[in-house]
Amino acid sequence: MAALLPTATPTRGPDDRRRYPNRPVWMGVPSKPVQAAKAVTIAFIVLVMLYPFVYVIAMSFASREAAASGGLFPTSFSLDAYRSILGGDVVTRAMLVSIGITAVGTTLSMIFTTTLAYGLMRTRDVPGAKFVLVLVLCTMLFGAGIIPNYLLVRSLGMLDSYWSLIIPGLISAFNMVVVRNFFMGLPAELLESARLDGASDLRIFTQIVLPLSKAVLAVIALFYAVGYWNAFFNAMIYLNDTTKWPIQVVLNQYVVQGSALTSIQAPDQPPPPGQTLQMAVIVVATIPILLLYPFAQRYFTKGVLTGAIKG
Amino acid sequence: MKRERATYLFIVPGLLFFLIFAYLPLAGNVVAFQDYSPYWGIGGSEWVGLENFAAMFNDPQFMRALTNTLVISFLQIVFAFPAPILLALLLNSLISERIKRVVQSIVYLPHFISWVIVIAIWQQVLGGAGPVAELFSAIGIDGVNIMSDPDTFKALVVSQVIWKDIGWGTIIFFAAITSIPNELYEAAAVDGAGSMRRTWHVTLPGLVPVITLLLILTIGNVLTVGFEQLLLQQPAVGSAAAEVLDTFVYYRGIAGGDWGLSTAAGLFKGVIGTILVIAANKFAKRLGTEGLF
Repeated sequence: MAALLPTATPTRGPDDRRRYPNRPVWMGVPSKPVQAAKAVTIAFIVLVMLYPFVYVIAMSFASREAAASGGLFPTSFSLDAYRSILGGDVVTRAMLVSIGITAVGTTLSMIFTTTLAYGLMRTRDVPGAKFVLVLVLCTMLFGAGIIPNYLLVRSLGMLDSYWSLIIPGLISAFNMVVVRNFFMGLPAELLESARLDGASDLRIFTQIVLPLSKAVLAVIALFYAVGYWNAFFNAMIYLNDTTKWPIQVVLNQYVVQGSALTSIQAPDQPPPPGQTLQMAVIVVATIPILLLYPFAQRYFTKGVLTGAIKG
Repeated sequence: MKRERATYLFIVPGLLFFLIFAYLPLAGNVVAFQDYSPYWGIGGSEWVGLENFAAMFNDPQFMRALTNTLVISFLQIVFAFPAPILLALLLNSLISERIKRVVQSIVYLPHFISWVIVIAIWQQVLGGAGPVAELFSAIGIDGVNIMSDPDTFKALVVSQVIWKDIGWGTIIFFAAITSIPNELYEAAAVDGAGSMRRTWHVTLPGLVPVITLLLILTIGNVLTVGFEQLLLQQPAVGSAAAEVLDTFVYYRGIAGGDWGLSTAAGLFKGVIGTILVIAANKFAKRLGTEGLF
């Protein structure tokens, strides 16, 4: 009897219903070859994405013999590479510089971004605010170019100063817009009644607006922190003094461009194989991002969508 | 009125920032019309009219940078642009929410890694001393170094972009896919459409507005290709393959001291880029999508 029923889409057997209770009936179940093809594609993508990370991490822990024998995976374990780079002063100093820049930069960026976003909330009541907003939005359409920015930073006397890594990118217009959109979504009556009760702007900002905006503030702080940590070009052109280099520039010098590794090794230890040293520098430079990643992933997705939806 | 005065205290620091660091450097582009020397400064350097621009278009290196930029941009549009759409469709067709989430967290990851780290990692895996070269020599092909081969460099650049940002790119397409009402799929299925035809006739049309918008913005950005990505790899592959407009400006100007010509190249890129973005946005609006501004 069942064979006589019209079957436009593949019907689901009782088996499938048990396996996929949430799957709508109309969706049908893909044939076995299709499922297999999908599984293979997904496995391939995951492999291509993860293998480089796994290989680099594994090699950074490889012993001398394992590093020499090569292969897709090293087999024996050693901490020598980490002992060496963390015992030398170049990598440790660069890490401290990067941590400092990221911490100070993110803090300042958050202060300036949120205050401007708050100031530009009431474009109707505050004369000139609308104009400033348009001025800020326009900066998303053009950039002055590499040379004029460089000339500006130089004429402000910021070459070889850590400020050159923070001040020129202090406020991202995009982030400011995202924050402002979020602020605008807060209940207007709440802010208005506080205002009528005589609360000052500073009070409204710090005691009402900021506490109610923790979600978006977390997203934006993560955006800034990842940006500061990953910044490379500005540090490369603005800092001539190599002792001021953040980790990304050191990584470029000793790993990507392959400068002699002697200067990043601990002086008092026998040098581990060069390749494991390079891998260890990569791992050390990546760890902070990997630590932030679980938060980032959750919030950034939301952040991107908040930004993508026009407010 | 006194109230508003306090609000200005919130506005002024940010306003000053944008005036000094976004608008003031625009004026620095006058260097493009000068025989600029850092010793004399903008005030003291000689004005040369459009000489720098003339020299620029007669400069084979500039023309090569322009060609490389356009070729890489074109390859990105053909290969890197559709990649996240395909991945989003594939992930969306998965039944298990858990696998979907795990795969997503894996493919998003490289987006957060700096270009320096990405290039360093790729070098370790694909470079002359890495496991891939070793595999090749195991089958008898020695000396393979994908990372420094100028002939395949443009393909490498596009692969790197796909690797780094395919996952990130899926986010926006995912959002568009989930906003397609389920009833449409249901109706299509009732009419006898299988899953391929539902993808073709329901999902893709649902994605068209987002795709149009992003594609047009991408086209508006054709003169910008990954600056740090190219800068980092140019020493390994040479400038014939890896010179693009931004690296040209950097090497000629900051590294080479030819300030006038390099500023002219930067200004050329900036002006064309801004015009393209605005035109692309207008065009998107004419096509009925919302546009960005």
